[in-house]
Amino acid sequence: MTTTLAPVEVEQPRGADDVELDRPWIVIVWNDPINLMSYVTLVFQKLFGYTRARATQLMLQVHNEGKAVVSSGTREKAEHDVSRLHAHGLWATMRQD
Amino acid sequence: MPELRIERSADGIQLHLPLQEQGLIRGLAADLVATLGEAPADPSLRRLSPPAYDDETDEKGYREIMGAELLNGRLQALELMAATAGNERLSADEAEAWLRALNDLRLVLGTRLDVQENSLLDRIDSDDPDAAGLAVYAYLSWLQEQLVEALSE
Repeated sequence: MTTTLAPVEVEQPRGADDVELDRPWIVIVWNDPINLMSYVTLVFQKLFGYTRARATQLMLQVHNEGKAVVSSGTREKAEHDVSRLHAHGLWATMRQD
Repeated sequence: MPELRIERSADGIQLHLPLQEQGLIRGLAADLVATLGEAPADPSLRRLSPPAYDDETDEKGYREIMGAELLNGRLQALELMAATAGNERLSADEAEAWLRALNDLRLVLGTRLDVQENSLLDRIDSDDPDAAGLAVYAYLSWLQEQLVEALSE
């Protein structure tokens, strides 16, 4: 009895960790009073390959709502994206969704 | 409206800064390079390195991995902008350096001046103790708008 149950007890927390690790990370850009709207749009196009229309839409969301999710993925990808946004002076943060 | 300083032409980005403005750009770049090197904790620099993570340990790890690379990128962009201030043409790499360096200058100066979204830069009061700083900020914003437009075409 115990020999068949024991592995299950070990499996459960491991399964929970896997779910935790699979949840994507999201990259958020916050509104600030200094970065020019045209500049933010250009940076979104350049870094993420978004069309002018998509980049403008995201920029307006940042401007009007205070923030927007601009990319998501693994922790490594999110960190890479945040660092490129930081290199361009945008106020970017990341968190697990 | 004064003559544009940065424009797109058939063979790339054209730059034409009068001598006095070349000197201003070089001076501002040198000042920020010095501050980044000598006073990295200066409060006016805080907008250059916003936290990536809420969690302090994660943030410390991020700074350890990315901090030096981000700083070196900023210094290189500022130095390349200063070195090409007298150019008549900017390569794609030089234009990218100008884009980042102009923005960094605006972020630091704007933080020092506590610029707000609705700050009226077209009507600077000459009695304002920040008048000179605001005029430089408005000038940098004017240049950056031209560069962004040239690169967006």
